Amino acid sequence: MAEFEVQKTQENLVYSRTKVLTDNVMHYCPGCSHGTVHKLIAEVIDEMNMQDKTIGVSPVGCAVFAYNYLDIDWAEAAHGRAPAVATAIKRLNPDKMVFTYQGDGDLAAIGTAETIHICNRGENVAIFFVNNGIYGMTGGQMAPTTLIGMKTATCPYGRDPKLHGFPYKIGNIVSQLEGTCYVTRQSVNTPAAVRKAKKAIRKAFENSLAGKGVSFVEFVGTCNSGWKMDPVAANKWMEENMIPAYPLGDLKDI
Amino acid sequence: MAKIKGTVVIDTEHCKGCKVCVVSCPCGVLDLSSQVNGKGYNYCYMANPDACTGCASCAIICPDTCITVYRQKFE
Repeated sequence: MAEFEVQKTQENLVYSRTKVLTDNVMHYCPGCSHGTVHKLIAEVIDEMNMQDKTIGVSPVGCAVFAYNYLDIDWAEAAHGRAPAVATAIKRLNPDKMVFTYQGDGDLAAIGTAETIHICNRGENVAIFFVNNGIYGMTGGQMAPTTLIGMKTATCPYGRDPKLHGFPYKIGNIVSQLEGTCYVTRQSVNTPAAVRKAKKAIRKAFENSLAGKGVSFVEFVGTCNSGWKMDPVAANKWMEENMIPAYPLGDLKDI
Repeated sequence: MAKIKGTVVIDTEHCKGCKVCVVSCPCGVLDLSSQVNGKGYNYCYMANPDACTGCASCAIICPDTCITVYRQKFE
């Protein structure tokens, strides 16, 4: 149908790569949720026109190279200590937009104390937490957020609560603390979920600029390599298993 | 009758063939190619380009942001 050939001009452009993302190819596995969350953060920074006023703190974990992909200022923190580094950056640069980007091994395991205390102090930073229920970078070991019965490299017969304890819902825990202003749980498995997640990121950044306290955005994500699935099956498994255990929606919004 | 048509441009060298865009497309436009890119991934392509409405569902879910979307209205 040659008469309906769409002209690839600027006026017909609906969606293109934001300039905040660099041209580097991400090291993440195909279909990884981290790529989508990176993109959303970059798009929100671009829409808010804050590229030169944003400082990110990258964690240890799969997202350790986040500084290669977003063209903003970054600091790299020791394992789990991103909230402490972000506190210092925000206190010294109160007009900057500061966020941390952490995974479940970083934020919910080794960094639990830092996470709880930044939320209790109510620093004006945004925390983006990607929860895929597994240690992805080190080869798929059990994390505090691993579901009951889920098989990983270090619990090959499934997580047993008598031996390994229960999955750790850190979003619910920090929503009890007075320093948090916005705690939400989102996912990026469908286009609709991606749009909602983008709104949550925007709100978190706006809260941090308004000085309302910590905004904590949790993304329930996939780790298809760690879960030993293809990306589409991992998204389906997440909808069937992860989302019932970690229900989506706002846990706190003041 | 006015008609809205879309098209996508895929950065095939950045595509990792995760197939998330293929299942997200409401019109069944995309599919994975039998060809591979420089990294050995079967990149996605427009298997059914006439069905594209330019809704950008594929682009907003692409983890590697390798899809650009255009849309035009034909009177």
